[in-house]
Amino acid sequence: MRNIVLFIRRFFTLVVFLILQGFGLAILVNYNKTYQAVFASSANELTGRIDKQYNDVDYFFHLKETNRQLAEENSRLRNQLASNFGDKDSSTVKHLDTLYRDTVGRVRLFTWLPAKVVNNAVNEENNYITLHRGTNQGVTKDMAVVGPDGIVGRVIMSSANFCRVMSLLNRNSKVSAMLKKGFYTGILEWDGADPSYLTLRGISKSAQAQKGDTVLTSNLSGNFPPGLMVGTVAAVQADQASNFYTLKIKSATNFFNLQYAYLVQNEAWGEQKALEAQTPKNQ
Amino acid sequence: MSNLVKNIFRFILFILVQAFVLDKVPSLHQFVKPILYFLFILWLPFSINRVGLMLIAFAFGLCMDYFSGWPGLHVLPCVLIAYLRPFLLNVLLPQEKTETAYSEPSIKSIGFAPYSIYVLLLTFVHHTYLVLIEWLSAGNNFLFFLGKVTATTAVSLLLIFVTEMLFYRKAKYRTNAA
Repeated sequence: MRNIVLFIRRFFTLVVFLILQGFGLAILVNYNKTYQAVFASSANELTGRIDKQYNDVDYFFHLKETNRQLAEENSRLRNQLASNFGDKDSSTVKHLDTLYRDTVGRVRLFTWLPAKVVNNAVNEENNYITLHRGTNQGVTKDMAVVGPDGIVGRVIMSSANFCRVMSLLNRNSKVSAMLKKGFYTGILEWDGADPSYLTLRGISKSAQAQKGDTVLTSNLSGNFPPGLMVGTVAAVQADQASNFYTLKIKSATNFFNLQYAYLVQNEAWGEQKALEAQTPKNQ
Repeated sequence: MSNLVKNIFRFILFILVQAFVLDKVPSLHQFVKPILYFLFILWLPFSINRVGLMLIAFAFGLCMDYFSGWPGLHVLPCVLIAYLRPFLLNVLLPQEKTETAYSEPSIKSIGFAPYSIYVLLLTFVHHTYLVLIEWLSAGNNFLFFLGKVTATTAVSLLLIFVTEMLFYRKAKYRTNAA
């Protein structure tokens, strides 16, 4: 016993070193496995507040660009207003909106929640974004995040007033996307190299993809509404060994100057996932 | 200003500069990432004992982690360089024991050449460990590991050099009063 105590006293520094390394490894492994950091929510709330202060200053220098993006989005949305469309014959003008929502009783599929970006990284291997919206405002895990120009990422954790978003510029991010031409779906990833370009894998060679083709979210994208802008094809690499293309996608979202984003919830997603989790019975 | 107050200021300042200035700079290349925050550990006074040094490094690394959003990434390299620092200083310091006369490592207190070796070695060890963790969890090829360690070390050394030139630290003699 005396020898053990002597041994520990002799190598006390080394023991402390190993213990601290052990703690560090535990935090690292625990986090990477489950995406739930130790003390995550409290630390998230604190760093979120500091990020907010920083962003208040940073935001000022992006006002012009943000204004342009929002104005462009407004004009795009205004163009879709029902009042812009009339019949050729002016005597029988139909008011589309009154008919289509109330009497036929359509159900809401997606809810949208605007949020301010308070922290955003593009230079890391795994990039995350913090938004100033949390569980108090109805944010839940796995909500989709969409910017003014295109999709941005997915919520991985939220505290009372802030939420942490895994951006598309993250090695763990996988989103289903499709070519607008022909509706071929594939998986959208990031290779860690350039924040302006993403990679789309698993598109069959029969799609005849070309440079400049539009890429949209598909109907398999979970919380993302189908048909949102993802980007355009910048380069086509045909893999000789397989029957699939690897497409380099120019991202529609400019991650460098992101200021506002929308959190999107697919209202039917929970029900769909629960059904898909069930084991099919023998027919 | 006492040593304690000065180091508390440095703690906050290094984290804020790394999180809100250096991490926001658009990167030139995948390999080139400016990292400066660990200079805080290299600048800590001689008088702190080794266990205290490691505990400070642990807290410092953890703070950095929560700003970068990847818990564990910075803690491990910080604790490692805090552990290695006293060994290296023992080897590098001249025999007449400068550490009793000066309060912290700087160009003036231990000389330009020993200080350069001290910074170079610890920067290299820190970045090797940091990039190793990134590399293992991301699964790139080996060229990524080599390239990133080399490039980040070079950029960090340049930044440290500029910092030393800009913020010239007067090497204070340690007195009984402080």
